[in-house]
Amino acid sequence: MKRENWVSGIFIAGGLLLVAAAWLGDEPFVITLATKVVILALAGVGLNLALGHGGLVSFGHAAYFGLGGYAMGILAYHAQSYEPLELGWLVIEGTKSMPVIWLVAMATAVLFALPIGLLSLRTSGVYFIMITLAFAQMIYYFAISWPAYGGEDGLSIYVRNSFPGLNTLDPIQFFLICAVVLAICLFLVDRLVKSRFGMALEAARQNPQRVTHLGIDPLKIKLTVFLISAAITGLAGALYADLNRFISPTMLSWQVSGEIMIFVILGGVARFAGPLAGATLFIVLEHFLGGMTEFWQFWLGLLLLVVILFARGGIIGLLAGERRHD
Amino acid sequence: MSLALFLEQVLNGLQFGIMLFVMAAGLTLVFGVMGLINLAHGSLYMVGAFACAGVATATGSFWLGLAASLVAAAIAGVIVEIVVIRRLYARDHLDQVLATFALILMFSEGTRYLFGSFPLYLDTPEILSGPVTFFGGFQYPSYRLAIIVVGFAVAAGLFWLISATRLGIRIRAGESDREMITALGVDIGKLYTVVFALGAALAGFAGALVGAIQSVQIGMGEPVLILAFVVIVIGGIGSIPGALVAAILVGLTDTLGRTLLPLAFGTFMDPSSATSTGSALASMLIYILMAVVLVFKPTGLFGAKT
Amino acid sequence: MLKSIAALAAASSLLLAGLAHAEPLKVGMITTLSGGGAGLGIDVRDGFMLAVKQSGNSDITVVVEDDQRKPDIAVQLADKMIQSEKVDVLTGIIWSNLAMAVVPAAVAQGKFYLSPNAGPSALAGKGCHPNYFNVAWQNDNLAEGAGAYAKSAGYNNSFILAPNYPAGKDSLTGYKRTYGGGVAGEIYTKLGQTDYAAEIAQIRDSGADSVYFFLPGGMGISFMKQYAASGVNIPLVGPAFSFDQGILQAVGAAALGVKNSSQWSKDIDNETNKAFVASFQKEYGRLPSLYASQGFDTANLLLSAMGKADVKNADAFRDALRAADFNSTRGSFKFTSNHHPIQDIFVREVIKEGDVFTNKIVATALTGHGNHYIDQCKM
Repeated sequence: MKRENWVSGIFIAGGLLLVAAAWLGDEPFVITLATKVVILALAGVGLNLALGHGGLVSFGHAAYFGLGGYAMGILAYHAQSYEPLELGWLVIEGTKSMPVIWLVAMATAVLFALPIGLLSLRTSGVYFIMITLAFAQMIYYFAISWPAYGGEDGLSIYVRNSFPGLNTLDPIQFFLICAVVLAICLFLVDRLVKSRFGMALEAARQNPQRVTHLGIDPLKIKLTVFLISAAITGLAGALYADLNRFISPTMLSWQVSGEIMIFVILGGVARFAGPLAGATLFIVLEHFLGGMTEFWQFWLGLLLLVVILFARGGIIGLLAGERRHD
Repeated sequence: MSLALFLEQVLNGLQFGIMLFVMAAGLTLVFGVMGLINLAHGSLYMVGAFACAGVATATGSFWLGLAASLVAAAIAGVIVEIVVIRRLYARDHLDQVLATFALILMFSEGTRYLFGSFPLYLDTPEILSGPVTFFGGFQYPSYRLAIIVVGFAVAAGLFWLISATRLGIRIRAGESDREMITALGVDIGKLYTVVFALGAALAGFAGALVGAIQSVQIGMGEPVLILAFVVIVIGGIGSIPGALVAAILVGLTDTLGRTLLPLAFGTFMDPSSATSTGSALASMLIYILMAVVLVFKPTGLFGAKT
Repeated sequence: MLKSIAALAAASSLLLAGLAHAEPLKVGMITTLSGGGAGLGIDVRDGFMLAVKQSGNSDITVVVEDDQRKPDIAVQLADKMIQSEKVDVLTGIIWSNLAMAVVPAAVAQGKFYLSPNAGPSALAGKGCHPNYFNVAWQNDNLAEGAGAYAKSAGYNNSFILAPNYPAGKDSLTGYKRTYGGGVAGEIYTKLGQTDYAAEIAQIRDSGADSVYFFLPGGMGISFMKQYAASGVNIPLVGPAFSFDQGILQAVGAAALGVKNSSQWSKDIDNETNKAFVASFQKEYGRLPSLYASQGFDTANLLLSAMGKADVKNADAFRDALRAADFNSTRGSFKFTSNHHPIQDIFVREVIKEGDVFTNKIVATALTGHGNHYIDQCKM
């Protein structure tokens, strides 16, 4: 077994033990915090697929995160007010069922990611970073000034959505739902990266010409990865909205795009457990430093700087050594 | 809309654009020469504004404050370059993004520690405080007029610096062939520090100029940073003429969009929803502009083909 | 005989009050302490803590956390305060969008929420709740005050502008509600916009006789400085958010003479207010803002209720809050049936006192003013 796998395994086991201890010790807020880490890590897993494996540095993933959140918010809003959503001839009943909401959230993210991806993939490098940001900003400003679902005030959902057979209001049960979703996504992404498709993707990232000569269209591969990536991040957005029982345009802001990107880089780009490690460190620092001093963001910045200057390849890179380029 | 009002709005757009250019020039230079994405450029803008406000309040002279903004931002730039940025040139863009994001946090909270949480006072100098009246009674704030003049002077100075001076030759060489100029015996480390300090000083200068008519407060750099990135991407990264054209394009689009779109919607909607819809679309306009430019010119208007 | 029963009753109620007083109460304060909006949160916190300190009441503990002005962080902090810290009362939120994220869930869980600032219409109308009390104002109040002033000043062609978000639209609606004159132009600007040259040009061109603007924080600073430099002489009117003590120094002479509406001013003539202004200045070395006065009043309301009832007895504690039996910096203070203040809204003028820019009351715009949403609140 590779050293990276050991590091990831120990890390995940440690996290689960901590949550179990918090559950036994009746510390629900620790579980809530862990749930937040898991959901943000899921968003990071989505971005890591595009950014780490596909080489597509998207600075606009808040768009899919927020769209997933709004998919949840709008469906739950219509369910709690018993007014169906009418789109011309199409009438949609609201719902409070998580699995349905997740599917809609992913579909919404893909629906938006398709045209955005098609247009953005015409560019590369820093231009790609900025064009993805541009699309996310358009959606952000639209959401702020769109009065139907609260505009900048956002929208509160009073009761967390339901999952068959479980009580989602219990922090530990909601944590487990999120953790299982993350585990499934991690597993599927790992399989995808190691499949023939993943190899083609790796090749398309490193040398697009050669892939073209092999009769594969690199654009199609990149677009597919971009869509899957958006779907995962959209799913995370729906879960995050459920964690807070609240959505607002803040979820769509460029700061959120930046934060998701920071989780990925901090943890280690293209690493299996990178987003999880990055999100954990960031949230833990934010939480504990925040209680200590009013100027905690200064120290957060300093710590991030030290990590990035002295730990190449992020936390996982520091612990597991350089990634093998095979 | 009357012609005078339209002309005034064009001037406003021009002024906004030229200010964006001063801000973006440093960013595009640093990216072009060192290949560095510097998110902390907005923080240097803030440093300039705070330095100007601090010195202007202490001495009572806006001009001393303006000089202080150049010096303070350049010094901050040199320190940051030597301590942090220098270690990032060889890294990929993602490490640069994270490290310079960390710098934003440190700059913002450090400034808040030094200056407190409330906005600072900075006013335009006495001789530029009122409006200028043109023929026909048309009035325009003299300070904004001065900004337009100063902005174009900075642009001209930069063109001269790049095309006609020894430093400019080295900068251009650094952009196109890094190994060659090292081989020719140029101290590339020193060149990078100088370029970074120049970019920082320009950002600080822009911050001070704008701070006099806006609010000098923590976090003032971030919205401008995003706009500056929009400008250098539309213009083509590394291109000073591109940044100038793009900055003016963005300035005019934003200003005219804000005023014309609500009017346009008003022709077929009731006034209240027309202003609401029109201004919603106007706030998206520059991002639409950037997306359209990049879809048709994937490396910006003046960018090199890659 | 009757006399002694009354005395006994008084003694026992005193005793009960003493007992209630001994019950500890934990307050969770979620407010903005970092970033660009930190000045408001710091003022609310300092005002609140000053009142707690002056009371000498050791049974109250306050936990303060920074929400970074992000609604998701605020929600998580509320979860933390409720789940881990086991607070009884929440307070502190500055921004309406954060209040909308936190308050409905917190009061639904049986906690009390005392708002020291944000008063969105949803929480005053259909979304009102017995455990939600607003000690500052309903969001429309100051706009209504400005409208009433504009009407009394004889303006009938106002140019109005606000950022394009719900609080901005509410503000313009509130102004129009009491103003009743014609509108020369209505503009929604971008949230966080810093350059208003285009809008000022439109104002100049509009032929308006007055300008009403709602641009809180840095937006207002930018607007006023640019307006003063533009040479446009149409009088400005605005709510106090662009004229508080923290901001005025940054605007400087550009704000001199501008009329603004506020429920509080440092020159309101009553003993509580005089003592508050003096002690705040002594404690923190700066003049208090309206936010500080709101934090101070919120704490005193809470302390008054603590003296009357145990927070664990929610009905009694709610009645004690509703009685509003405390000395407000605003003089008389009563709650409407939807738990928002009934208060006077003053017109202030920006003046210079020595080296410091500050406000002076010049008139009263509205007397005993409640809010527009009372009929929509069913509780």
